[in-house]
Amino acid sequence: MAFEPVLTNHVREPNSFTLDFYQKNARGYEGLRKALTLKPNDIIEQVKASGLRGRGGAGFPTGLKWQFVLKDTPKPKYIACNADESEPGTFKDHVLMERNPHLLIEGCAIGCYAIGAKVAYIYIRGEFYHVQETLERAIDEAYRAGFLGKNILGSGFDCDVYMHRGAGAYEAGEETALIESLEGKRAQPRIKPPFPAVAGLYQCPTAVNNVETLCNVPPIVLNGPEWFSALGPEKNGGPKLYCISGHVKRPGVYEASMHTTLRELIYGDQYAQGMLNGRKFKAIIPGGSSVPILLDKDLDTPASFDHIQKAGSLLGSAGLIVMDESVCMVWLAMNLLHFYRHESCGKCTPCREGGDWLYKLLQRVERGEGRTKDIDLLYGVASNIVGKTLCAFGDAAATPVLTTLNLFRHEFEAHVKEGRCTLPAEWRAKQPLTAGAH
Amino acid sequence: MSFHPEMDYAPARFHRSERKLAEAGEAFAYSAENQARFNENVQRYPSDQRQSAILYALYLVQKQQGYITGTSMRFVATQIGCTAAEVEDVVSYYTMFYTKPVGKYVLNVCRTLSCALMGAERVTEELCAKLGVHPGQTTSDGEFTVIEVECLGACDRAPVVMVNDDWHERLAPEQAGAFVDDIKERGRAAFTGCHLHVEKK
Repeated sequence: MAFEPVLTNHVREPNSFTLDFYQKNARGYEGLRKALTLKPNDIIEQVKASGLRGRGGAGFPTGLKWQFVLKDTPKPKYIACNADESEPGTFKDHVLMERNPHLLIEGCAIGCYAIGAKVAYIYIRGEFYHVQETLERAIDEAYRAGFLGKNILGSGFDCDVYMHRGAGAYEAGEETALIESLEGKRAQPRIKPPFPAVAGLYQCPTAVNNVETLCNVPPIVLNGPEWFSALGPEKNGGPKLYCISGHVKRPGVYEASMHTTLRELIYGDQYAQGMLNGRKFKAIIPGGSSVPILLDKDLDTPASFDHIQKAGSLLGSAGLIVMDESVCMVWLAMNLLHFYRHESCGKCTPCREGGDWLYKLLQRVERGEGRTKDIDLLYGVASNIVGKTLCAFGDAAATPVLTTLNLFRHEFEAHVKEGRCTLPAEWRAKQPLTAGAH
Repeated sequence: MSFHPEMDYAPARFHRSERKLAEAGEAFAYSAENQARFNENVQRYPSDQRQSAILYALYLVQKQQGYITGTSMRFVATQIGCTAAEVEDVVSYYTMFYTKPVGKYVLNVCRTLSCALMGAERVTEELCAKLGVHPGQTTSDGEFTVIEVECLGACDRAPVVMVNDDWHERLAPEQAGAFVDDIKERGRAAFTGCHLHVEKK
């Protein structure tokens, strides 16, 4: 049975972002209409039964997250939609917001109804200015049509959805850091517990959900939890968006069931169509830059949360970065550590200082100035970051180093031995980069 | 100073902890239009949580005078009802706020993995060679600034460059020089825009 896209089936059609199109072709706002006839708790039960897992990276069951939101409190409750999408290799929410914004708005409204919130903030990264314009237009349309605002569809339920623009901080994608940024502070994570479900935005109960997660809610309400869970392997139900980038012929966002294997995604005709320039496959990062690398032998793994985890990596945000044989793994680790060093929020010492040390060590090895003991030092510093920070950023920063050392230690050794980069690809900088500008 | 037995702490180079305070700059107040925008935006948040509007308030400053000065931070603090230190705390954290003048066109070249795999490092080199600057610098005529930024979230259209609030996708290194000429000639029309968004223009 061919897989029918659920979230992106109309995104390539003209005007797919208008309310008119959404209502005519995608059963727009019927999910909300139906949800408002149900009890809030029934919606949470449906989402739980569907097995919907958070699409932002951690894969935590959404229904549970909503259930944990404190009910008996006089405080207002909030939904914070995480549209910060800044994990390198991830660009799925971008498509949803740009081409199917009403689905997200409907998801926000249903989510608010389910947890008893009246306001949802969509935290969008500052670089997505054009996406914000699209979303704001869509929000205006929804208000005018009575799908947002006071007394929605005569149900007595009020809901407001607002945009909040970030200003360039990867760390704002972490849920408590996102909340801090929403409060107008530096995007730095908080100590957990208390979790946002108890004390989040303005110390009120808050559900932080990824864009793709909320987009899955209207179809679940419309079609039922059984339909949703039957779309994928056990505990990995529903449609999934995969972002494929790097050395492939047709990079892009593809919607598939989680039965689909990594090999199909890379080589399949309806997906990325194979390697670029006829070069050989070397490695893949299957879930955004902060997860371990997989090799050719792992490619027949279905791209589900559980299968990828069993194969030794994580599905994360489903950002598949494909690399061919021209990629030097020391360079790869250096590139990513430049990212993590720059984006570390600076709150926890192991991550702030360790990231900097790792980057400098990698730079030394990549330039051919490394010493044999640098390899062990890299391993030591990286291992001392893992598990010692408030949020998952520390682990994420150490992963590129640990995974390349585990799988490609010989490349590090060759760099040290030969005193130069052993795989200087033509697409890299001609001059050694003047690092440390930031 | 370094606490590490093996590695020095780059004493010759600038370190974040040595960041200077922002220059005071000229007197600042919102234009009537921006003041109205701010007053509207702050309504989105609970009345005792005005600080949430701080990022928006700073974007307005930047839009109005191009970069953020000490005086404008104080102005934002009075608008929000917080201290100037709290405003500076935010300004110094987020990369999209400039505390120094930048060029008319800020070329933000994505340098993270997916773009780098498709030649982003070469794009930066070509742009810098064409403009005669290093990453982070502005041309002497004040037209262009080249900045290397981290992942912009358009990895399928690598290498991608964000110019001010616009996107330019799939900029091959060989086209970088011509791209600069094209901007000089046609301004914003030179950008491809986001492929998902273009239809609406």
